[in-house]
Amino acid sequence: MHALTIKNLTKTYANGNQALKGIDLTVEAGDFYALLGPNGAGKTTAIGIISSLVNKSGGEVAIFGHNLDKELEDAKSCLGIVPQEINLNLWETVGNTMINQAGYYGLSGKLRKERVEKYLRALRLWDRREHIARSLSGGMKRRLMIARALVHEPRLLILDEPTAGVDIEIRRSMWDFLQEINEAGTTIILTTHYLEEAESLCRHIAIIDEGTIIEDAPMSTVLRKLQREVFVLSLDEKLAQAPALAGFKTRLRNDMDLEVEKGPDTNLNDLFAQLNAQGIRVVSLRNKANRLEEMFMHLVENKGAEA
Amino acid sequence: MNLALNLVAVRTIIRKEMVRVLRIWVQTIVPPAITMTLYFIIFGNLIGRRIGEMGGFDYMQYIAPGLIMMSVITNSYGNVVSSFFGAKFGRHVEEMLVAPMSYATIIIGHVAGGVLRGLLVGLLVTIIALFFTDLQVAHPFIMISIVLLSSIVFSLAGFINAVFAKKFDDISIVPTFVLTPLTYLGGVFYSISMLPEFWQNVSKANPILYMVNAFRYGILGTSDISIGHAYAILLVFVIVLFTGCMVLMQRGIGIRE
Repeated sequence: MHALTIKNLTKTYANGNQALKGIDLTVEAGDFYALLGPNGAGKTTAIGIISSLVNKSGGEVAIFGHNLDKELEDAKSCLGIVPQEINLNLWETVGNTMINQAGYYGLSGKLRKERVEKYLRALRLWDRREHIARSLSGGMKRRLMIARALVHEPRLLILDEPTAGVDIEIRRSMWDFLQEINEAGTTIILTTHYLEEAESLCRHIAIIDEGTIIEDAPMSTVLRKLQREVFVLSLDEKLAQAPALAGFKTRLRNDMDLEVEKGPDTNLNDLFAQLNAQGIRVVSLRNKANRLEEMFMHLVENKGAEA
Repeated sequence: MNLALNLVAVRTIIRKEMVRVLRIWVQTIVPPAITMTLYFIIFGNLIGRRIGEMGGFDYMQYIAPGLIMMSVITNSYGNVVSSFFGAKFGRHVEEMLVAPMSYATIIIGHVAGGVLRGLLVGLLVTIIALFFTDLQVAHPFIMISIVLLSSIVFSLAGFINAVFAKKFDDISIVPTFVLTPLTYLGGVFYSISMLPEFWQNVSKANPILYMVNAFRYGILGTSDISIGHAYAILLVFVIVLFTGCMVLMQRGIGIRE
C-alpha cells in the first residue's frame, strides 16, 4: 500500500516561477521518508499541494489511494501536517487549540478529550493546557504543532522542518517520539536542514532541487554511493608530519588530529592495520562531516550525476 | 460528505467563535452597547422630544428597531470579517483548510458565529432600549426571521470581505465607506415618506432600507416598504452571497497559493 503517490506534479506560480517541474514520488506505508533539498528547491510547495493549501498546476496526488482531485476529504482524513512556519492561533489556549483541531476532524466527546490529553502529555504540554500559545517558548510551539497534527491520529504525518530553532535536548526527544509513532505504524515524511536528523531517522530519502527529484532511494543505497569519506582521528601522541598510508590521503589538522580520506575501494581495517604497523595509536574516530551531508552536497552540486 | 464529521466541525467553529467573542468582550460587546446608549440619549431623548411623533410612534420608539438592526448588521459583519481575516493573517486558517470538513462547513460555522454575536449584541441593545422606551412586538415571526436573515446576509458579506482582504485596512474599508452610509441612509432615523419622491426612489435601491423597515414592522407594525419585497431581497442576497463564498473557497481565492 502506498501512503503517498505523486505523479508528474507541476506548479508554476503566478509570477512565472516554476517551483515543481513534474515530480514523481511514491512513499510506502509505514516508511520514514526524508524529503530534502536546498532552500527554494520546491519541498514546501510540494507539501503545500499535498495538504491542499497550494493549488497545483498539473499532475496527480493520492494519499492512501485517495486522489486529491476526486476524494479530497478522504485524503485529508489520512493526513497530518506540521508546517514549517508557526501557524497557531497565538491567542488561543493550548487546550482549545487541540480541542478545535480535533473537532475539525469530527472528533467529539470522550474520544476528543482522551486524544487531547494523550498527545499533550506525549509532547509534554499537558501542564500548559490553560496557557495561550503566545506564552509558549519556540520549542513548545513546535511541539504543540506536532500534537495538533496528531490529534486525529493520521496515517501519514508530514513534518516540514519540525525541529528548526529547537534546542538539541528537545530535538532529540522529538526524534524519539517520532520514531515511536513511526514504529506504531504512522508513515512519516520529514523535511529538514539537519541532515544528521534525516540520516538517523529516515529509511528512505528523496532529494529535490530546482523543482526536480534528483535522488529517490533507500537511505542505505544513497549512502553506499558516497565515493569518499573523511575521518578525523584523535591520536594519543603528537605527530610531526602526516604518515603515508597506502590507499588513503592524510593530512594533519594539528599535531594530535589526523584527517584521513577514504576511497570506495579501501576499508577501515586496512587503515588501522597500517596505523598499527607505524605505531600510531588512535584514541577516537569521527566523521569530518555528516555522511548524508556530503552526499547531499555532492548530488546538489552535480544535479544527480552518479557520485 | 461525512455529515457527522461536518456537524461536529461546524459546532467546533461556532464554539471557537463564541470563545473569541467572549474573550475579547471589551472589543465585541461593550462598544456597541455604549454607542447605542448614546444614540438613545442624544437622538431619542434629547433631539427626539423636539421631533415628536414619526409614523404614529414616539421618535424614540420609531428609531429603536433601526438601532437594534444597525447593531446586528455591523456586529455580524464585523465578527466574521475580523475573525476570518485574523485567521488568514495568522495563518491558523490552515488548521481548517487541511481538515476534512467541507468548505460549506467552514462558511456556515463562521456565519453562525457572526449571527450569534449579532444577536447577542442586538439583545443587549434591545435591553438598553427598554430603559428608554416601551417596545411591544407586533409580529414576532417577522421580527425574528428578518433579524436572522439580515444577520446571515451581513455575515456572508463579511466572509467575502475577509477572503479578499490582504491587510487590516481592507477589512475596515467596506464598513466605513459602504456599510455605515447605507445604514444611516436606510431609514434608521427617519421614514422615507419624509423625503421627496426622487430620494424615496433612490432610497429603495438600498437593501438595508428593507431590512430596517421589515424589522420595524415586526416590532411596531409599521413600514415604508412591502414586507414581501424585504423577504425576497434577503433570500436572494443569502443565496447569491453563499454561492459567492463557496466559489471563492473552492477556487482558493485569497486563501490558497
